[in-house]
Amino acid sequence: MANVKLTDVAKTYGGTVNVLNNINLDIKTGELIVFVGPSGCGKSTLLRMIAGLEKITGGVLEIDGEEMNDVPPAQRGIAMVFQSYALYPHMTVRDNMAFALKLAKKTPTEIDEAVNRAAKVLQLDEYLDRLPKALSGGQRQRVAIGRSIVRDPKVYLFDEPLSNLDASLRVATRIEIAQLKESMPNSTMIYVTHDQVEAMTLASRIVVLANKGIAQVGSPLELYETPENEFVAQFIGSPAMNLLPGEVVSTGAVTGVKVDTGAGTIMANIPTKDSDMGLRVNVGIRPEDMTQTDADNYAFESTVAITEKLGEVTQIYFEQPDKDQNAVIGKLPGIRSGTRGQTMRMTAVPEKLHLFADGVSLLYRG
Amino acid sequence: MSPMMQGIITVVVGVGGCVGYFFLSNLILDKIIFPPKPGDKGRNINRAEMVRPWLFLFPALFALTLYLVYPVVGSFWRSLHDRSGDAFIGFDNYTTMFSDTAFQTAFFNNFMWVLVVPAGATFLGLLVAQLTDQLKWGNIAKSLIFMPMAISFVGASLIWRFVYANTPEIGIINALRDYVGLLPIDVLQIPFWNNFFLMVILIWIQTGFAMVILSAALRGIPEETVEAAIIDGANPFQVFFKIKVPQIMGTIVVVWTTITILVLKVFDIVYAMTGGNFETDILPSYMMNFMFRDDGRATAVAFVIMIIVLPVMVWNIRQARKEMQ
Repeated sequence: MANVKLTDVAKTYGGTVNVLNNINLDIKTGELIVFVGPSGCGKSTLLRMIAGLEKITGGVLEIDGEEMNDVPPAQRGIAMVFQSYALYPHMTVRDNMAFALKLAKKTPTEIDEAVNRAAKVLQLDEYLDRLPKALSGGQRQRVAIGRSIVRDPKVYLFDEPLSNLDASLRVATRIEIAQLKESMPNSTMIYVTHDQVEAMTLASRIVVLANKGIAQVGSPLELYETPENEFVAQFIGSPAMNLLPGEVVSTGAVTGVKVDTGAGTIMANIPTKDSDMGLRVNVGIRPEDMTQTDADNYAFESTVAITEKLGEVTQIYFEQPDKDQNAVIGKLPGIRSGTRGQTMRMTAVPEKLHLFADGVSLLYRG
Repeated sequence: MSPMMQGIITVVVGVGGCVGYFFLSNLILDKIIFPPKPGDKGRNINRAEMVRPWLFLFPALFALTLYLVYPVVGSFWRSLHDRSGDAFIGFDNYTTMFSDTAFQTAFFNNFMWVLVVPAGATFLGLLVAQLTDQLKWGNIAKSLIFMPMAISFVGASLIWRFVYANTPEIGIINALRDYVGLLPIDVLQIPFWNNFFLMVILIWIQTGFAMVILSAALRGIPEETVEAAIIDGANPFQVFFKIKVPQIMGTIVVVWTTITILVLKVFDIVYAMTGGNFETDILPSYMMNFMFRDDGRATAVAFVIMIIVLPVMVWNIRQARKEMQ
């Protein structure tokens, strides 16, 4: 039941190795914030700094308006769920959950009540007297979550909690976490993952971390529909957004662009100034927004190199004239057979186009 | 013949003998005893497969019988005979032994050794392992503490004779006493407590062993469980005693019992320091008093020691096996 505020937070190891810089973030009470980013971007480090397991080397962390930089983890009012569960192997499920309360010198009745309540919520009642090694992966992770619930923390921290689970269990546990969040509307949660689906389904807001800083903060659909820069555009969504170099040929409320690999002018629902005429841009089209066309105005024409038929969709990888560029991928609904080796013309509707100049979306220019 | 040649011949004969044994014994089994003749091919192959493990086990079983079972049985048989080994006297050696006050003292002293030394060495080893873990110069400290392990018990005893020497110029204890104006004493002659001064030597030697094993065990503890405990509000003592120690309990037990078994075997320290005088005898050194003079009584003591060690040994092996799973 608290907000978390980071102001200019930075992390440097040994005074020289800088991993995070200028992190400014205002997390409101009741939000579920997801940190995503490529591996090594510092998302876990940032979470561990909030937890107090890593020292904050610059800036200020506030929880509930109080500066927490030098407060020990236990007094920050946080609870953390680890990727490896981190259950105490020598304690029963009950003792695992009760450990923090015992340390806090709660009375046995209080402890029992809290543990039983958490066990009920997480359907662990039957397993309270078992050791962690007698539980399945999903049950272990529920115990780990239970261990944080009993402490009734202001802020929940999740460090890739589903990564150690197999695919089907991951989905089930993800839904459980979503339901848990719904049942505790006032608790603030911060969740680290590298899995986009988790980020998109769980988050109230997603924080994309890259290059030692925040690339964009926004609701999942904001990030998907209006990415601020090429990094976020390509990071969110799978397969990644295609970026095709082109040039602005008409300006106004709707911008016309000529794509180098295409022909004619295609229109994008993005306003531009007259001075943008002739600007070199990257035209972003998500694979799922690509449509086949016979018109003379199109974004891309090439031979189909590989098709992947996934049933609901067919992913089409086009021949790339320039080997250095990423493959252009189209995602067409249904099963499309016999397209391999064909030449296809692809385009997209104006509202689905993205324009980037120097890596930054034209929507977000100053 | 030069020693070099002797060595080479030994290696060739030894390795060749092993290879020859396994090859020939299997050959005989497959070609002569149970040849897969048409008619009872399947039956003979099955029979050969039932015999084969024993072919491989035989050398080990033979060596064990020769060097372990025979000595045990032989010792027991010897302990039922008199000094010269000619006359069978039944359990007389045992009854005289149990009524001997020197034996009773040795038994009681040994009991104290078993209580104090494994506990002391394991506790100190654990402490050192934990304290040096985070230090930059921890590995140097560990090497120094491990070093006594490389010294023989007699060598260690000689070193400690200097520590305990009853002249202030040599012994550190008496140097300290001298400094505060007390007269020098010989700590090895203080009844009862002199036992503890002897135990210190073995603890000094064994702490290094405990430290190395427990340090490895401590490193094996998942870091996240420690971090989770810190977040749960545990202070460093609680993290150590409630999270770390319980997780390495199996290893602690193995270290403890291994040292216990050692304690029941060490006679050198007592032998070199006091010769068992001043009521410092323990069972192994008590046994040494009779060895070569009255082997009947010596083997009787040996047998008592073996019976005491046996349950500790069984427990030790069980724990070690559990650890491996």
